[in-house]
Amino acid sequence: MDLAIVGIAVLWTFLFGYIIIASIDFGAGFFSAYSEIANTKHILHHIIQRYLSPVWEVTNVFLVFFFVGIVGFFPSTAFYYGTVLLVPVSISIILLAIRGSYYAFQTYGAKDSKFYIFLYGLAGLLIPASLSIVLTISEGGFVEIVNGNPKLMYEELFFSPLTWSIVILSVVSVLYISATFLTAYADVAKDYDAKGVLRKYALAWSGPTILSAGLIIWQLRQHNAEHFQNIMDIWWMFGLSGVFFIITVVLLWIKKYYSLAFWSLIIQFALAFFGYGISHYPYLLYPHLTIYDGFTNDAMATALIIAFIAGFALLIPSLFLLARLFLFNKDYVRGEEKRRY
Amino acid sequence: MWEYDPVMFSRILTGLTLAFHIIYATIGVGVPLMIAIAQWIGIKKNDEHYILLARRWTRGFVITVAVGVVTGTAIGLQLSLLWPNFMELAGHVISLPLFLETFAFFFEAIFLGIYLYTWDRFENQKKHMLLLIPVAIGASFSAFFITMVNAFMNTPAGFDIVNGALVNVDPLAAMFNPATPTKVAHVLTTAYMTSAFILASIAAFQIFKGRDHIYHKKSLYLMMKVGLIFSIATVLVGDLSGKFLAEYQPEKLAAAEWHFETEEAASLLMFGYLDDEGDVQGAIEIPYMLSILAHGDPTSEVTGLNEYPEEEQPPLIVHYFFDLMVTIGMWLTFISAFYWLAVRRKWKVIKNKVFNFILVLSGPLAIMAIEMGWFFAEFGRQPWILRGVMKTPEGATSAAYVDTMLFLFVGLYLVLGTASVIVLTKMFKKNPVERELEDHAQERGEW
Repeated sequence: MDLAIVGIAVLWTFLFGYIIIASIDFGAGFFSAYSEIANTKHILHHIIQRYLSPVWEVTNVFLVFFFVGIVGFFPSTAFYYGTVLLVPVSISIILLAIRGSYYAFQTYGAKDSKFYIFLYGLAGLLIPASLSIVLTISEGGFVEIVNGNPKLMYEELFFSPLTWSIVILSVVSVLYISATFLTAYADVAKDYDAKGVLRKYALAWSGPTILSAGLIIWQLRQHNAEHFQNIMDIWWMFGLSGVFFIITVVLLWIKKYYSLAFWSLIIQFALAFFGYGISHYPYLLYPHLTIYDGFTNDAMATALIIAFIAGFALLIPSLFLLARLFLFNKDYVRGEEKRRY
Repeated sequence: MWEYDPVMFSRILTGLTLAFHIIYATIGVGVPLMIAIAQWIGIKKNDEHYILLARRWTRGFVITVAVGVVTGTAIGLQLSLLWPNFMELAGHVISLPLFLETFAFFFEAIFLGIYLYTWDRFENQKKHMLLLIPVAIGASFSAFFITMVNAFMNTPAGFDIVNGALVNVDPLAAMFNPATPTKVAHVLTTAYMTSAFILASIAAFQIFKGRDHIYHKKSLYLMMKVGLIFSIATVLVGDLSGKFLAEYQPEKLAAAEWHFETEEAASLLMFGYLDDEGDVQGAIEIPYMLSILAHGDPTSEVTGLNEYPEEEQPPLIVHYFFDLMVTIGMWLTFISAFYWLAVRRKWKVIKNKVFNFILVLSGPLAIMAIEMGWFFAEFGRQPWILRGVMKTPEGATSAAYVDTMLFLFVGLYLVLGTASVIVLTKMFKKNPVERELEDHAQERGEW
């Protein structure tokens, strides 16, 4: 296997990690804000805060890891994407700032401000929407080369149905992933009221998720025939993904094995996400940039992969410790950890 | 009206983000060490005041880390958004430390989360303190790796350009380029020094306002002592940095010193101004000092700025950035040494209000010195973004709307800066030390 594929596989895996963790985070923030209007704050607030508090800084690092890594492995992406993404990504940074500061200011400082909670909840949905623009642009047709420099065609991008389908998928899947995770989390915490509410959210958002995903594949047929054909060549990955989708929904429906339902959701998204990635190969940006034109030199690629393995050896035990102390620590989840002074 | 110039706006926006980020980044690198020192002394002396210091600093630290994460993400992305051509080139050679920095920060973030939420989960305080070690190491290594990238921009190494193509890339040689040792040492010592002075300022401010609890005095004395140690280290490293510049970036040193003609036994000029003929007026002149700073020998020859073509000379304003940085550094070394002596000799001046106010200024001055240092480092490298290889305008984006983004980010930083100050003040005003100490005494039944 060549180094370019190793590089993109590593980065794609990290992006997948970010999408799942961030979705849980963004969705939880939205549900938390929504509970203010829906009068379910007393039911949901506790469980969501308990989950969100210790892990918020970790989420962001996954994203940083991805974009630093992609510039490392594929420096040409800095030239193409760096130039065209100025506006969409700057907007994402500002939205991330709103959310990042919320944690600090709300959780550790000032008293609750409703306005800020809404802003925070809304930012959680707008971030995936603005970041998903990158995937739309990668499909080609929105970048022209003027005097050797790439230029984003804002109007085409804004009026393309593909853009909006991807935006819709990013938003609804955030809500679906998050609701399913929090249902399982509430189940572990034996917080049955919260679980009941969250389970309904999960079921409600499952349909829109699968529908919008199908819509995108259908639109790709017109927008990017080559990519569509590649998808058809590995149709079984998407079919299998659909099977796991059904498993998750059924488990949620019959109110059993919530943790299993969440793992099945992870497999569903992993199959679809990697299926999408594999069918996108070899392009990073249709039709201008492939992983081979954009690849770094072998010395750097080897160094990055060694650094990655060494770093990972350090991170996995630390992440495991974090998860053991907070996510999978039943006493902590239930809020019953012993206070020793 | 002016013409839209993406290069100018990219420079302003990058400068703005860095100037804002560096405040939080410096605190992020230095404060974990201070927390560890306080907690360690608290455990060793069995003195709850120091433990409480560590606890309260940690609470404040979380706010600054949050802002630092946000602005750090911003600058990380802006490097590619505003300097795509530079990053495409640099990505081939210097992406390794950027990549490693993410790991270092990842490591820090995980353990900071654990440290924060487990204050009361450990029976043995020492075990809890152990969690700080990865936090402090991660923070310092973040600075270490990022500074390497900046060092690379000053003295690029680890590659050759043959017929316009990059060849013979050696990522390790790029990381450990000639500027790395002095730059990393300078960034780390000044981050510890600045953090110590910021925390000292907070304590001094409480004393200045008339609070006379021993807690504040312990805090002030400890941080002044730590600040003194790191100021002395900074002076030593600063001397080495001068020698590094004289050898590898003589034009930067020459611009900082307004040293135009190459000469032996060069004297050092502090401040002053340039008259219409371009001659220096009103400067304080210290004979032989520049030769000593540059080569450690009062008669040695120091290269002047006129040896360089005009279009490759850094802007002369860097002289003021450099002088302000050095002056503040010297002042902080002096005032912390004086305070330390005054406490040991029990001089009455430590109770003087004016003197306390002077101590309050230490933190803000230290931040100012950090800003001046970075202004000097970045302006002093101009016109290059990658010295000798790529000029700044060649590295910049060609995209539209950089001006609009600049206004957006000005707004963002105003909001973040104001909010973080308000939240920090509220947080500590609502819960003063005296009350927290009483609460603790009550919990133990000593009330």
